[in-house]
Formats: sequence, structure tokens, C-alpha cells
Amino acid sequence: MTLLLLIEQVLNGLQFGVMLFLMAAGLTLIFGVMGLINLAHGSLYMVGAFAAAAVAGATGSFLLALVAALAAAALAGALVEIVVIRRLYGKAHLDQVLATFALILIFSEGTRWVFGSFPLFLDIPDYLSGPVTLPGGIEYPLYRLALIIVGLLVAAGLWWLTARTRIGMQIRAGENDREMIAALGVNISALYTLVFALGAALAGLAGALVGAIQSVQVGMGEPVLILAFVVIVIGGIGSIKGAFIGAILVGLTDTLGGIFLPELFKLFMESGAATQTGSALASMAVYILMGLVLIWRPTGLFGARA
Amino acid sequence: MIAERWINCAVIAGILAVLVYALVADEPFTITLLTRVVILALAAVGLNIALGIGGLVSLGHAAFFGLGGYAMGVLASHAQTFTPLDLGFFTLPGTKSMPIIWLVAVVVSALAAWVIGLLSLRTTGVYFIMITLAFGQMFFYFSISWSAYGGEDGLSIFVRNSFPALNTLVPVQFFGLCFVLLCFALLLFHRLKASPFGLALNAARQVPERVETVGLNPMRLKLVAFVISGAITGLAGALFADLNRFVSPTMFSWQLSGELIILIIIGGVGRLMGPVVGACLFVALEHWLGGLTDFWHVWLGVILLMIVLFARGGLIGLLTGKEGAHV
Repeated sequence: MTLLLLIEQVLNGLQFGVMLFLMAAGLTLIFGVMGLINLAHGSLYMVGAFAAAAVAGATGSFLLALVAALAAAALAGALVEIVVIRRLYGKAHLDQVLATFALILIFSEGTRWVFGSFPLFLDIPDYLSGPVTLPGGIEYPLYRLALIIVGLLVAAGLWWLTARTRIGMQIRAGENDREMIAALGVNISALYTLVFALGAALAGLAGALVGAIQSVQVGMGEPVLILAFVVIVIGGIGSIKGAFIGAILVGLTDTLGGIFLPELFKLFMESGAATQTGSALASMAVYILMGLVLIWRPTGLFGARA
Repeated sequence: MIAERWINCAVIAGILAVLVYALVADEPFTITLLTRVVILALAAVGLNIALGIGGLVSLGHAAFFGLGGYAMGVLASHAQTFTPLDLGFFTLPGTKSMPIIWLVAVVVSALAAWVIGLLSLRTTGVYFIMITLAFGQMFFYFSISWSAYGGEDGLSIFVRNSFPALNTLVPVQFFGLCFVLLCFALLLFHRLKASPFGLALNAARQVPERVETVGLNPMRLKLVAFVISGAITGLAGALFADLNRFVSPTMFSWQLSGELIILIIIGGVGRLMGPVVGACLFVALEHWLGGLTDFWHVWLGVILLMIVLFARGGLIGLLTGKEGAHV
């Protein structure tokens, strides 16, 4: 157990965390502004990954693939918002859960219909592959480092968008009082579609970026979606700052727990049983973290309302 | 419009009619399908207590279903390998006896529901949905990494467990057991809904403040409902595992939690026979659409969307012309 390994794992956790943030930001924005719980967010992640894999396969360009992922997910998001989601605002949470669960079924099986059941592969471009040497002599995959940087840039961009621009001001106003800003002449339904498409685009981007390290397959979105839920519950639903801090916390807990909990148990148990107990506990660590946060603060770290 | 009472009788009569047909035509597979309907309905009746009367949208009921399943799997696998079950302080022999397995399944899932409920009920609304979902996932990942009982591959039980004086290997006898349990659960639901407890719970769903003002503790009401609900779903899990003679982490999957809610919604939220109607329709769709196309989930999704957007009271609501309870 060396310092180098620790730093490498912290970076891995950070990378996982920022990707979770891309998912969680959209979810929390959609909940904060429209009061909608969107289970189909993972499907948009999948749509982004599939669009990227298809375009990369046809053109060979990773950048074009990312653009396609953003566009396809945003488009799918806008379409879904206009056709279905729009009818769910202000309805009971149960209806929202069911309708978006139905959307998952349609998206997943629809994708299986079009692309088949076999996973697709999205390659890391040459200019981002291979390791990079960080200060201190740590070798780290360049692509993962790029993911961390992209994630942080998106987080900064989102902060700028919500805190400093006119549209961000309208979004924040929409969170507080939708009737009032509609009365002030803001086209609220266009704003909602825009927010939904923005959240979808972020999910699609995350799908494409992560798709290059894992395989692109039907159902890839749901595990990430559930972790993103954990993130926004920890951070406080509706808070982008909370989503960021929650995502980093969850990313680090999950990655470090998987590595270090088995080691920790080896200190006082025999090796086989320690690995068993440690990995079982590590797989639940994130949820235990969530439980602890909720006992301490039932509305999350930065949440104002239930 | 038809009175709900008649619909309820028709549903039970319909199930028994299909059973008689399957017996006469000698189609054991149809009986197995019917048993599947009854077990899924039982799980959903459990959820209906929390969801329909208490308004608790739990997206983690698969946790109890899976716990029931694993209670059966663990006990029966120890009996089948003749190894004692080591609980740390003492050891227990495994068992293949259904009543004991049922008891363990009910107790284990009730305990889990009590703990999960204590933590989750501190929150409301979306938080509650997401927390129950997360607890369900916690069990899911635990069962995957728990290699002593099969891990990701699950656990096969070679012979169905036994019940005194019955031969459970005969499909219709096992169906009968499940059906009797479903009837008991339905009776319990009916009595519960009309009891002072049920009325208070119903009120706690609608206006918790008023319930508190008259001196009742809404949190405690909801917790009791959640525990009863989890216990019934756990019992259904043990039966489901016995039906398939197989337990695996998919019993903990969140899709299953979603499907349990779907069963209730298709039939009608908070209605006595809602889960039963939903389970009949769900298994029928699964069977017929699944035979027509591999992609039947698309159509299930479309049907579900239509029900949510246009038929709030579910199928029973459509027939009786009355909307169901608002959750």
C-alpha cells in the first residue's frame, strides 16, 4: 500500500465523481426547476453513448462523436419533454415515476431493436490514449485525466450559466416562483424544454465519455442513474453545488472503498474472509454514506426543501 | 358502471376458471403461469398497503421480495447440502419445510422493513422514493458480492420445499397454497383498510398535521404499515423462489420494484383487487406479447404511459367510473 497507489485511486475516484456530476447536475436541475423526478435520465446517457459509438464507427472522429452525443441526447430530451414530460409537471410523484419508468422501457427496448443486444465499442482517440507522467512521477492514463478536466470545466460552465447569465437568472427564478416569472413575460414552457434538453445533453456527454472506457450497451444508464440519485439526495435535491460535492464524495467513497476496505479487514481477519467481507461492505459503502448523511440532515447537505 | 364488488368476484372467478380449464386440458404450464400471477399479486398486495393506503411510494420493495427469496434459498441450500447454518454465536440446521421458511422470510423482511422504514420515513416525497430505491440497490449489490450463496450466479434449489400433508411438486397443489395465502393477504388488506388503524393511516397520507393534532403519531402509523407491507412482500418472495426453485440477485433488482408498482397502477391504486387485476394483465401481456415479439417491453411501456396519462384510476377505475385514491 503505497502513496502512489493512493494518489492514483484518488484520481480514479475524482474521475468517477465528475462523470457522476454530469448526470446528477441534469437531474437536480430538472427537479429544482420543474419539480420532476426523471427516471429516464439514464436512458439519455445511453442515447448519448450509442450516438457517439455509431458516429465514431462511421467517421472515425472522436470529436464528431462527442458532438453527436450532445446533439442526439439534447434532441431526444427535447422531444420527450414536448411529447410526454410536459404533461407530468404538477402531477403526483407516483405518476412521474411511472411515466418515466415507461420511458426507460421504451428507450431500452427501442435501442435493442435498432442496435441489437451486442455491446458496441467506442475507442479512445490516439491523441488521448496512453499514460501521462504527473508531477511526483505518477503514471496516469491521459484519457481519465482528460475526463476529470472536462468534468471540472463543465461544472465551472454550469456555475457561470446559472449564476451569471440572463437565462440562468430565469432558471433560478423558475425554481422559486413559476407563476411570477411567467407573468413577467418569460416563455416558461420554452424555458422548461431548454432546461430539460440541457440536462439531457449533459447526460449524453457523460455517456459518450464513459462509453470509451466501458462498453456501450443497453441498460448501461441505470446503475449510473441510481448512483446519481444517491448523489443528489446527499447533496440536497435542486442544488448544483450539492450535486458537485455529493458526486465527488460518492465517487471517492466508491473507488477507495473497493480498494481499501478489503485491505483494512485483512488487518484483523484471515485473507479470504477479509476480501469477502471487505468487498461486500464496499459495494454498500455509498448507500451507508447516504444513510449517515440523511440521519444528520434529512434534506441533504445543501437542500432547502423536501 | 359496474360496482367494484362484482369486479372483485369476477376476478377471483376468472382465476379459478382458468385453473379448471388448465386441469381439464392438462396444461401444467398454464397452472405455473397462474401461480406466477398469484405470487406477484401477493407481493403487490403487500406494497399496496404502503402505497395505496399509506401513500408511501416505495421504489425499493424488491429488497423485501429478495430477502424472502434468499431466506428460502439459504435455508434450503443448507438442508440440501446437510451443512449447518453458522450464525456466529450458534448454528442452525437448514430446512426444507415451507411453514418454517415462510416464518423466517416474514420475520427477516419485517425486520429489514422496520430498519429501512425508520431511516426512510424521516423524509418525504422525492427523497423517500430515492432512498427506498437506494436501499434496494444496497441489497442488490450485497447479494452480488456475497459469493457464499452463489453471488451473481444465484442459487439453485433442486427439489421444491415441502408442506405437511401436501405434495408441492404437483403444480395445482402448490398453486393452492399460494392462492390461499393470497386470499389471507387480501382479507388482511380489506380488514386493515376499514380498521381504525387503516382510517388513521389514510388520514396520515392526506393531512398528517390533522392526524397529529388528534394525538396520533403519523410517523408510527406509516412505519407499522411499511413493516406489514414489507413482510407480505417478503412472503411472496419466498414463494416466488420456490416456484422457480432458484434465487438470484435479480430478485433484488430495481426493475422488479418498478414492476410491482406497475401491477398496482394497472389495476388501480389502493383498491382491494388492484394488484390481482394488474398481475393477471401483466403476466398475460408478458406471455402473449413476449410470444409475438422479443421487444414486448416497448409495448408495455406504451401501455403504461397511456394508463398514467389518461386512466388515473387503473383498470378497475375505468370499469367503475371512479378515480382511485390520490397518492
